Amino acid sequence: MYRVGIDVGGTNTDAVVLHAKKVLAGVKASTTEDVTSGVIEALEAVITASGIDRQRIAAVMIGTTHFTNAVIERRHMEEVAAIRLGLPSGAGLPPMVDWPDDVREIVGNHGYQVRGGYEFDGRELSPLDEDEIVRIAGDIRAKGLKAAAVTCVFSGINDAMEVRTKDILQQHCPGLPVVMSKDIGRHGLLARESAAIMNASLLSLADRTVAAFGKALVAAGITCPFYITQNDGTLMAADVVRAFPVLTFASGPTNSMRGAAFLTGIKDAVVVDVGGTTSDVGSLSHGFPRQASMTVDIGGVRTNFRMPDVFSIGLGGGSLVVQCDNGIVVGPKSVGYRLRQDALCFGGKTLTATDIAVASGKADVGEKAFVTSLARPLVDAAAAKINAMLEACVERSRISSTPVPVIAVGGGSILMPNRIGELDVIRPENFAVANAVGAAIAQISGETDRVFSLIDGRTRESALAVAEAEAREKAIAAGALAETLEVIEREDTPLAYLPGNATRIHVKVVGEMGGHDA
Amino acid sequence: MPEARKLKYDEAAVRTLTVEDLDALEIGAGILGTGGGGNPYQGKLLALEAMKAGYEMKVLATDQIEPDALCMSIGGIGAPVVGVERLREGREGLRCLRAMEDLIRAPIDAMVCEEIGGANAINPLVTAALGGLPILDCDGMGRAFPEMQMTTFSIYGHSSTPSVMCDLHGNVVIFSHAVSEVWHERMARACVVAQGGGAMLATAPMQAHFVHRYGIPKSYTKAIAIGEAVIKARKVQEDPIAAVCALEGGRRIFNGKITDLKRHLRGGFAVGDLELAGFDDCVGQTAGVAIQNEFLIFRRNGKVEVTVPDLIVLLDVDTGYPITTEMLRYGQRVAVLAVPCHDLLRSAQALEVVGPKAFGYPEITFSPLPPAVRQAA
Repeated sequence: MYRVGIDVGGTNTDAVVLHAKKVLAGVKASTTEDVTSGVIEALEAVITASGIDRQRIAAVMIGTTHFTNAVIERRHMEEVAAIRLGLPSGAGLPPMVDWPDDVREIVGNHGYQVRGGYEFDGRELSPLDEDEIVRIAGDIRAKGLKAAAVTCVFSGINDAMEVRTKDILQQHCPGLPVVMSKDIGRHGLLARESAAIMNASLLSLADRTVAAFGKALVAAGITCPFYITQNDGTLMAADVVRAFPVLTFASGPTNSMRGAAFLTGIKDAVVVDVGGTTSDVGSLSHGFPRQASMTVDIGGVRTNFRMPDVFSIGLGGGSLVVQCDNGIVVGPKSVGYRLRQDALCFGGKTLTATDIAVASGKADVGEKAFVTSLARPLVDAAAAKINAMLEACVERSRISSTPVPVIAVGGGSILMPNRIGELDVIRPENFAVANAVGAAIAQISGETDRVFSLIDGRTRESALAVAEAEAREKAIAAGALAETLEVIEREDTPLAYLPGNATRIHVKVVGEMGGHDA
Repeated sequence: MPEARKLKYDEAAVRTLTVEDLDALEIGAGILGTGGGGNPYQGKLLALEAMKAGYEMKVLATDQIEPDALCMSIGGIGAPVVGVERLREGREGLRCLRAMEDLIRAPIDAMVCEEIGGANAINPLVTAALGGLPILDCDGMGRAFPEMQMTTFSIYGHSSTPSVMCDLHGNVVIFSHAVSEVWHERMARACVVAQGGGAMLATAPMQAHFVHRYGIPKSYTKAIAIGEAVIKARKVQEDPIAAVCALEGGRRIFNGKITDLKRHLRGGFAVGDLELAGFDDCVGQTAGVAIQNEFLIFRRNGKVEVTVPDLIVLLDVDTGYPITTEMLRYGQRVAVLAVPCHDLLRSAQALEVVGPKAFGYPEITFSPLPPAVRQAA
């Protein structure tokens, strides 16, 4: 049986076929406005290139930037009710208080604050005002809102009020989708609430997108289940994406890092994904991207999703190389997708980073003759500048002084030197489609992140065990094989300045997808 | 106070802050936090909301108010990890102000800031705005320190009780008298746990002449100017770090990459040691920074060069944005700045409370940086 991985990027849609951990074929097609025709084109091309029987495809994994782009471009977002349980806490900072005005208007600015919530030790902050929820339900009907997001103070400690609110809303608004913040994000109310609201506003788009992907597969004669990749490098069944589109945000960098790990067999490394305009750099630890600990900005909104800690710089194959008073400047301006028309080595008129790579003998693309007239000092200075930029961001992404290899992937990775500082650079076969490979090999995860009160005989060890059991259960429910599960993150943080009873515990397990032998 | 208040200052002397001033203050207070002080972000959001509702943030020079005017300092107290989940109600500070006025049966004339570094630079501004009062252009630390007794007001003899502590539920706690500032700190910490891990605390009022004499002068003006310099330098792609140095009389003492970070617990505090390998003009040198909430001690090649209470500031080499202790990670490229603290923090009396010994380094003697050469602002 085979696995097919598809990465739907802003410019290219890549596809690969995998069999028994071997890449049989990888292709690139252009991303199309309707997305589906690009997916079908890539699918047909990769099936032809690999020569496989399409009936023997066990699963299709899709990585997509669709939902991130919807927020960045402020398109396809619905108006939603944003309900916060926690008054009097937060009275001065209403829902969406730190959003850019335009995106707040697009989701309708329907913020509600209600009495409710918990304290850090599990006490009630205020009793839930159920009458107010009933009144809001009437408002939702009157305004014709399409979804609701509910966020309760310390719902990580106790989710009862979020669950109760959802019940009341659905009782009064039958069929209304209600997103609970406890399912979306982590500790940190404003960021978790924003994520939940964004998720609610993208539910219709998610529904349409998943349906469109399904249709594209059927049109290509493929009937196996399909999955969408999450930002932590694991998979969600297509139906789950209909409920949690935000969990796909920034899955692109994750897929390329996971693909890099797979293609090289290396689990601890720095990965540099060089595109036409930018490079994304991140750290792999145990084969997974390190997660960002801070808030992450999506289209101007602060969120705290599980996101890879990726650092981007404005340096890619198409970056302009300009000589000015204080030396050579490379990027952030770029010829982007016009590289094959504009770069000198392709007969164009613009000096790009790719031309420097060709002139310095590092890469062999286009016509070397077109760049031989470049002055040697200019080429050397620009090459040194490019190396210094790459070295600075590799250093920034390292997690310790232990030397690890650097894996170069992405179409623009010809810019990478063979060594960065003291580190060796590895460029694997199929480097250009690492994204799609990362999608094809994605695993299934389960995760718990909440605050435990270590009282009534509960110890740190027993709390960690409970959290791990919860995470395993979630992973198995999502389709993971129990015998392949392993714990990849396990941390506990006592809450500072407070008596030692409250501890935040985070456990994450991953495993292979069950049901087939790819 | 409902009855008409007699102003003890000339309204023409106040500077009313703008949204841009608040953006600059957020960055400047972050820099003066010397790695600690908590994140000013939520405070700024509250200030912006108050501004939208029509309240004004008014800053007044310490010599522009009558000497006998009553001034009250205020700040947030509690666990930052609770504060990001259980947001403040927003009017805790105002309730402290009203409760204090009831307690002393006299109106407060102006507000004062305890620490200009980090989150507490903005909390008193919001209280002042809601209460219709100006905030004096000074503070009690000129930076951030972890405990209440470390203000110049306490160091120079002001007893901070009676104090008032208000939480988001509406509870009002009055500490009538503490036998020492350390006792006050200890009792307030115990109480804030019962209140759910966060509250606002207002300390006993001071007369304006005392604040003028013992406050660190022009804190708001300086913090805003520092933030403005960073924002402006970034806009025109000049070196933001040089801009900060020019304003603060500080100097860049090291350019280095973080090569190691050790964190451990000592006496209930999370402390750490940072190691740096030099680049640019510091190639071949190593440096270390000792951390306890804030950056405390800077060593070059093993030798102590800068110590608390002088300011040790770490900035991102490229953006000039401040790096707080929880953001530190391997590989970051940082500029280390040393900024002389104000003379009020350098007396023998002050060094007992905020010198190296007070932070557990009895073997290190404070050797002051040369005094600041300030440019005319």
